[in-house]
Amino acid sequence: MKGSNEKMQEVILEARGINKAFHDPVTVQVLRDITFTVNKGEFVSVIGKSGCGKSTLLYILSTMDTDYTGELFIDKELMSGRPDPELARIRNEKIGFVFQFHYLLNEFTVLRNVMLPGLKLGRYSEQEVEHRAMERLKMLGIDHLAKQSAYRISGGEKQRVAIARALINDPHVIMGDEPTGNLDKRNSDIVFNIFKELTEEHNQTLLIVTHDTEFAENSHRIIEMEDGRIIRI
Amino acid sequence: MLLARWRQTLVAAVGVTFSIAMFITLLGFMNGLNDLLDGLILNRTPHVRLYNEIKPSENQPVNVAGQYKDSYNFISSVKAGVTRQEIYNSGPILQAVKADERVLGATPKLLAQVFFNEGTIDITGVINGVDVEEESRLFNFQDYVTAGDPIDAKNVANSIILGKGLAEILVADIGDVVQVTTAQGERFPLKVVGYFQSGIQEIDKVQSYASIATTQKLLGKPANYMTDIQVKLHDLEQAPAVSREYAQLFQVDAEDIQTANAQFETGSSVRSLISYAVGITLLIVAGFGIFNILNMMIYEKMDSIAILKATGFSGRDVNLVFLVIAMSIGLFGGLLGLVFGFVFSLIIDNIPFNTSALPTIKTYPVNYDPVFYFIGGTFSLITTYFAGFFPARKASKVDPVEIIRGK
Repeated sequence: MKGSNEKMQEVILEARGINKAFHDPVTVQVLRDITFTVNKGEFVSVIGKSGCGKSTLLYILSTMDTDYTGELFIDKELMSGRPDPELARIRNEKIGFVFQFHYLLNEFTVLRNVMLPGLKLGRYSEQEVEHRAMERLKMLGIDHLAKQSAYRISGGEKQRVAIARALINDPHVIMGDEPTGNLDKRNSDIVFNIFKELTEEHNQTLLIVTHDTEFAENSHRIIEMEDGRIIRI
Repeated sequence: MLLARWRQTLVAAVGVTFSIAMFITLLGFMNGLNDLLDGLILNRTPHVRLYNEIKPSENQPVNVAGQYKDSYNFISSVKAGVTRQEIYNSGPILQAVKADERVLGATPKLLAQVFFNEGTIDITGVINGVDVEEESRLFNFQDYVTAGDPIDAKNVANSIILGKGLAEILVADIGDVVQVTTAQGERFPLKVVGYFQSGIQEIDKVQSYASIATTQKLLGKPANYMTDIQVKLHDLEQAPAVSREYAQLFQVDAEDIQTANAQFETGSSVRSLISYAVGITLLIVAGFGIFNILNMMIYEKMDSIAILKATGFSGRDVNLVFLVIAMSIGLFGGLLGLVFGFVFSLIIDNIPFNTSALPTIKTYPVNYDPVFYFIGGTFSLITTYFAGFFPARKASKVDPVEIIRGK
């Protein structure tokens, strides 16, 4: 049995010397030699000015952007250079996403939206996935919306649905790109408290890009970036 | 999976439905007409006709003679020798042909050139001596007898069924007697028992029918005298082969239906070709409709595609989703189109269509060949597949990062 202190040291995400440049129209070095690790159960915020490369870094870490040099490990497995279908499967299984916009599918109910990545994974039967989706909605206090169409609920509720969707497959890490950027103060607080609760009670690893400094200061750890470099870990 | 845009999807499906329905209707109607027009001639034409052609011998004596064998002989004004129009040995030939299992039936025919005497005017005509019952069975003779009973030609002695046009020229009503002069100069009274109408004016003006016995009597020939044996086969396509075989076997001239009526085949196939071309054009247009709608759908659903990809759906999955949408449009639209096509065909089939030229036709002809439905269904799936293929590929290549970052 491992103690909780030891468990905290389990590395879930590791970046080694990641560089990225945009070549169009002129070559711009966006990321320079990014190296850091995220341990299990950590609540990490990435902050920095607009254009410092923090979102770009997030998309590389999320495996969606494969155009970089360096090495990326998720759950101690090397992600760099893998083919697209395999990366898609890894994203499905190991990473949950919360974006600035909710990106719910308007054609489906809230419940169905949450279930979708779970159905794709196919680890559980449809009934089980539905049950798990309800559990997560309940945890976020929005289970009463389950049967609603996704476009009929409020912005704050949508973001919570998006979090439930990110949680459905018990991902190793949840990545957020300005998850509170589009919300008012009250809803931002609700979302922040959800994150806090996830990390403290469920030992969920979180990696959130934000420029809300208040949000960042309340997280466990801040990574600050400037001009494509990490200046504070 | 993406149940997006019901109304647009519906429009796309309706496009497919419409084109398939039109395809089916058009082909059904066109082929109905084809069958009708072909039937005008082909149903009444024997598949193989055996006869004896009057022609000069190919082996002229001088060529056969030993002393001129090596020389090149010029013979001018070659004439046919003592040949008869009659088929030699007709009785056994008829029996042998009837016994052939490829043959549906065979009936003798006797052609007599005559003059119909209308006062002082002689009108040339042809009397076809036929076995009325067999002629009805094999060549739908009864369909073309518009007045009177065809069997009367057999049952009433010295009777004739006149072509409608000929009867009008002769002003002969049913029950009247017309005077006929044969080529040999014999005069003969014949009683009119019916009219027949083929739908082809030229034929109706010269042709008339009588029983074979009456015609033999008219010509003063014995009961085994016949000029033609008409053969109907089970399978029309075998006609050329059977025709060649009989010509060899019985030492007669034989003509198959394909040779005799080549122009009808050509007409039919060109008409079919045109209707296929129109039908397929309709389908391709519908295909472009689907292509457009799917393309628009992809632009509208960029966000959804992006999030699907972000949450672990690979390009292949997205590709599949759009292909499935396209194919289901094709499938449901196509199925509905087949049903509508059938309904339209039924409607056309019930529109009255009366023409004096075609006595047996009361409504527009329609062909319900399942092959058209099969082609229509298959083609709707193929076109929708291709219409969906390119948009789906485009959707599968959407880069989620670009979409999500673009906000």
